[in-house]
Amino acid sequence: MQSSVSVKDLSLNFGSVQVLKSLNLDVKQGEFIVLLGPSGCGKSTLLNCIAGLLDVSEGQIFIGGKNVTWAEPKDRGIGMVFQSYALYPQMTVEKNLSFGLRVAGMKRDEIDSRVKRASEILQIEPLLQRKPANLSGGQRQRVAIGRALVRDVDVFLFDEPLSNLDAKLRSDLRVEIKRLHQRLKNTMIYVTHDQIEALTLADRIAIMKNGEIQQLSDPHTIYNKPVNLYVAGFIGSPSMNFLNGTLAGGAEPAFTTDDGVVVPVGRYVFDKAPTGSAKAVLGVRPEHIVLGDAAKDLPFSTEVEIEIVEPMGSDTLAWTKIGNHAVTFRADSDVHLTVGQKVLVGFDPARGSLFDTASTNRL
Amino acid sequence: MTTNAEASGPRPRSFFTPTRIVIYGIIIVAALYYLLPLYVMITTSLKGLPEIRIGNIFAPPLEVTFEPWVKAWTSACTGLTCNGLAPGFWNSVKITLPSTIVSVFIAAVSGYSLVNWRFKGSEFFFTVLLLGSFIPYQVMLYPLVMITAQMKIFGTLWAVILIHTIFGMPILTLLFRNYFASLPQELFKAARVDGAGFWRIFFQIMVPMSLPIFAVAIILQVTGIWNDFLFGVVFAGTQNYPMTVQLNNIVNSVQGVREYNVNMAATILTAAVPLIVYFVSGKWFVRGIAAGAVKG
Ligand SMILES: Nc1ncnc2c1ncn2[C@@H]1O[C@H](COP(=O)(O)OP(=O)(O)OP(=O)(O)O)[C@@H](O)[C@H]1O
Ligand SMILES: [Mg+2]
Repeated sequence: MQSSVSVKDLSLNFGSVQVLKSLNLDVKQGEFIVLLGPSGCGKSTLLNCIAGLLDVSEGQIFIGGKNVTWAEPKDRGIGMVFQSYALYPQMTVEKNLSFGLRVAGMKRDEIDSRVKRASEILQIEPLLQRKPANLSGGQRQRVAIGRALVRDVDVFLFDEPLSNLDAKLRSDLRVEIKRLHQRLKNTMIYVTHDQIEALTLADRIAIMKNGEIQQLSDPHTIYNKPVNLYVAGFIGSPSMNFLNGTLAGGAEPAFTTDDGVVVPVGRYVFDKAPTGSAKAVLGVRPEHIVLGDAAKDLPFSTEVEIEIVEPMGSDTLAWTKIGNHAVTFRADSDVHLTVGQKVLVGFDPARGSLFDTASTNRL
Repeated sequence: MTTNAEASGPRPRSFFTPTRIVIYGIIIVAALYYLLPLYVMITTSLKGLPEIRIGNIFAPPLEVTFEPWVKAWTSACTGLTCNGLAPGFWNSVKITLPSTIVSVFIAAVSGYSLVNWRFKGSEFFFTVLLLGSFIPYQVMLYPLVMITAQMKIFGTLWAVILIHTIFGMPILTLLFRNYFASLPQELFKAARVDGAGFWRIFFQIMVPMSLPIFAVAIILQVTGIWNDFLFGVVFAGTQNYPMTVQLNNIVNSVQGVREYNVNMAATILTAAVPLIVYFVSGKWFVRGIAAGAVKG
């Protein structure tokens, strides 16, 4: 399938600071891509480059197969939704929606029908004659989405559209955006630093750090097979447990933590099988650690002492130590855990991740 | 800490607390202090000369006369001619209106492009402006006389208008730049995605959001230019003297008796325009902010 948005070797410098570093990204037609990363990693900058609001320093951008590197934002076939809504304060909702169409010199009745359609989809018809100042946050964001909708474009760009909203509204609108995508089937590129948004919305997630894409995969792969330590630590809350140690390769690979705990990793599927022995990090997600009798059948199990218990409602988070490494695990909320209690825990290293300490890459 | 078991609802406050008495006392004294000269001017301007010679400047007029006002406006002597302040008033209008409009417009556009369209050298341009707003006018007076003479507009209205426009630029541009910089950048980006260009974004997005700052700029310019004496006397030429220069000529004329009542009336007439501007646009100013024009 033809790619909808394609970024080739894109670099962007602000003065001497290189914010985007020779970045490549291919987005398929109708795909929902989420750019996820910490503050300041260049997500907005990348989005602004795609929108044509920033001139790139190097590289090319293609949208719908056309090279738009030098094209004006309006000629790129994109609609954009901003974090601060960016509604024109002196115009009514209707005028906000139709502004771009009026600029383009579209016919009156065509404008009306498009505004009508967009406001139906987003359920903002009763608000059309109001000014943005008289709308709630959620309504404003809906209007902002509507402004992209009326332009009838192939590509939607969202820059943290929900981060100004409270938690409840955020999850409501998240579902609405997902529904919108299923209905319209546009390409969407969505910036956020909220993992839940990323994991729930995305067809593929691009994890960014310092202007580079670390990993671009579907949410399941990102979560279960992170390509490096950074991605592994960034995704997941509470975050992955890391055990430092040494990995001995060969026929029966085994991992030994710095403090001497041996973890057999025979069933682990290596990206590239290790030869010899090297420093490595074993990562295990808290929910992959099993408690009690069930742990006995797993390749690795050990007895630990509970240090802190955090009931989260749906489940309970427990803090403990394996060797000298602090480890958290999730337990069913019905299991009663007390501080100081000795319990048996275990996990299957095949569900974990091994990283080379030197390169931090997945093994 | 003292507590009251019956406390409920708003805390009772007595109006005449010592703090309040002191505050109101100070405010009233300050107000009187500033209003007194105005009172003296108005009463004096309404008295006849014989009454003034009696000497009590605080006494209200016994016999109210508008003669001094009429004379100040139509027939007081400003140097060699005796046509009153009226011609000066119209000269001032002819100077103030175009200077204000042109300087505010240019400053708004440059402030806007400095913030949103960062052209090559915009930082340098901004630095020059910043320096410009600190240089005292007097330094540039003589060079400007030469330049306007070269341009063959020295001694005409065009010269004063040009000078006022130029000297208004640094501070006004700064004002607009800072204001536009405080508006959310994303609005500008949204308008660009919507396909609006330089002028459309300026007129349809930026200007409607900036009425308060336009009010401030217009107040600054109208009052500043109206009150100007120096540029008027140097560049305008005798027949184009603004009101301030003519007022000076009336008040400082050495022939005949000093007509204090006419002088007072002339002064109030000259000061009337800035006063009205403050009252009218001040209201606009507040309205602009109250309308929440700035908030998204
Ligand atoms: N106009 C600018 N001039 C210089 N540096 C800039 C400019 N805009 C952004 N930067 C820098 O570029 C980097 C990336 O900024 P960007 O806004 O893309 O981050 P982000 O990933 O969107 O972060 P956030 O999640 O906080 O929105 C930051 O380090 C920022 O300081
Ligand atoms: Mg950002």
